[in-house]
Amino acid sequence: MAAHWKEIVRKIDDYRWEIPTSYKAGMTVPGLIFASESMLGHIWEEHAFEQVANVAFLPGIVGHSLAMPDIHWGYGFPIGGVAATRVRDGVVSPGGVGFDINCGVRLVRTNLTEDEVRPKIEQLVNQLFVDIPSGLGSEGKIRVKEKELEEVMVRGSRWAMEKGYGLPEDIIVTEESGSMKGANPDKVSNKARKRGIPQLGTLGSGNHFLEVGVVDELYDAEAAKAMGIEALGQVLLLIHTGSRGFGHQICTDYVALLGEAVKRYGISLPDRQLACAPVSSPEGRDYLAAMSCAANYAWANRQFILHWARESFAKVFGKSQQELGMRQVYDVCHNIAKLEEYKINGKKEQLCVHRKGATRAFPAGHPDVPEIYRSVGQPVLIPGDMGRYSYVALGTEAAMKETFGSTCHGAGRVQSRAAAKRSLRGADVARALADRGITVKAGSLASLAEEASEAYKDVTEVVDITHKAGISFKVARTKPVGVVKG
Amino acid sequence: MEKDFEILDHTADVGIIAYGADLKQAFANAAKGLFSLITELDDVEEVLYRDIELTTSDEESLLVAWLNELVYRFDTEGVLFKRFDITQLGDTRLKARSYGEKVDSSRHSLKTGVKGATYHMLKVDKTDGFRVQVLFDI
Repeated sequence: MAAHWKEIVRKIDDYRWEIPTSYKAGMTVPGLIFASESMLGHIWEEHAFEQVANVAFLPGIVGHSLAMPDIHWGYGFPIGGVAATRVRDGVVSPGGVGFDINCGVRLVRTNLTEDEVRPKIEQLVNQLFVDIPSGLGSEGKIRVKEKELEEVMVRGSRWAMEKGYGLPEDIIVTEESGSMKGANPDKVSNKARKRGIPQLGTLGSGNHFLEVGVVDELYDAEAAKAMGIEALGQVLLLIHTGSRGFGHQICTDYVALLGEAVKRYGISLPDRQLACAPVSSPEGRDYLAAMSCAANYAWANRQFILHWARESFAKVFGKSQQELGMRQVYDVCHNIAKLEEYKINGKKEQLCVHRKGATRAFPAGHPDVPEIYRSVGQPVLIPGDMGRYSYVALGTEAAMKETFGSTCHGAGRVQSRAAAKRSLRGADVARALADRGITVKAGSLASLAEEASEAYKDVTEVVDITHKAGISFKVARTKPVGVVKG
Repeated sequence: MEKDFEILDHTADVGIIAYGADLKQAFANAAKGLFSLITELDDVEEVLYRDIELTTSDEESLLVAWLNELVYRFDTEGVLFKRFDITQLGDTRLKARSYGEKVDSSRHSLKTGVKGATYHMLKVDKTDGFRVQVLFDI
């Protein structure tokens, strides 16, 4: 290994750094990291270069093994990684999606202003905490039967909506309309089902949260308006969660299964967690069918949570849903593999795009962007840490050309959970946030310390790089006033 | 052996390095390390046990499968385990009895949720004592 990252990377411009294939024998494409020069030192130190290089081993990978500026050391794939493989002769890797399949973010606008919400923020946060089950070991308020779980697997948030949780218009502004095609419950183990049934309709723990934020910057007023974000001081709600134990078990099952497939197909990999199988093989197809079930479960999960959040707001502010105007802006997933078509060397090619801690960022005019956003582009939702900011952005043409329609997904960790806990106490973190006007309610104080602002990169720096590089454009920024952590 | 296990720092996740006088003990200590991430083991009583039998294709996979089985039992049955008696351990087969109790929120505080054990940085080392290493997604 070379002594310093400066001896390895080739600077393309201030935001693009290439890792040549000569870095590690076995790479079939170069790596490309979107970052500022000041970020690269940390990325190097925590071996994320190595992970970007390892992903470049995957059979059938095209373009670059990509890393967004929120990149950090993961297991197998880096977090913030994007890899596109050819469907005809490439592979799909469950590790390139991760345990929390379709972990994602849903943004909701409101008619409320900061002045209305501040005096009641404690009450609101407490109400959300009561109405939305969260924390380790929590169970949902709804209990689906085995047969109904299969409906959830196939139909996702549409199933939840039809059961009375939410509105038809929520579905329109959800990636994949909240139900990915190709989901097949026969490919999901009994173990996953057993974990999935009690956890449907729960926020979970770790980095999952609900955030009540206030718009404090508008960068593109026209696009913001299209999203129902009209003025500074407007209150928005962010929901961040995924497919819970259901998705975790599907990942566990298929990493083990594809670990065996790797031997059968004679694929050589530098890290066992990159286990994969040809996209078109029975094993590859089965994984995608099971992964789609988990993706749909996650969309249903966020649909239930949105419904309960609307109820919480109505109780606290004594207003009707119409008065509150809680319209869903958009819902994106940031851990997923999707079959999408791109031009490679001038020819159309069907690709399997792995986004592991990366957000789809389709431009204006793309047929998969809902009609109401077709003229501006797909909303991209980028939550920060609970003490700083979150961003709304737009997908771009440049993303289609360079990153397979992808951009960053959040701030990205810089400090380990253990280190955060050693240096910070949950109670102090809560007090520091309160001093900054942010009310937090958390299931456990330890989890609060792990998720402190100090443990993350500054999301502003991350989003500025994607903006300047042109792979997503900033629309609005919010600052949190209230947070519920699992 | 001074320590049963150590916590391995990782930016996003957490790993365990577990030791033992033999491989059975190292596997048992890895499981103890796993549950020490989830709760304070001192607060857990041994009131029930669960038997686990697993077969995989190699020793490293067996370690991952063993820990993932325990994650699954915790997630579906709410059982916190604190003592692990591994009665049989070959290259591809494990038999164990694990002791613990169900979560009681009045006595147990739950700390970190573990999504699963990964193959990243996975090691089963028998050269200098017995030492296993595994990284969890949390």
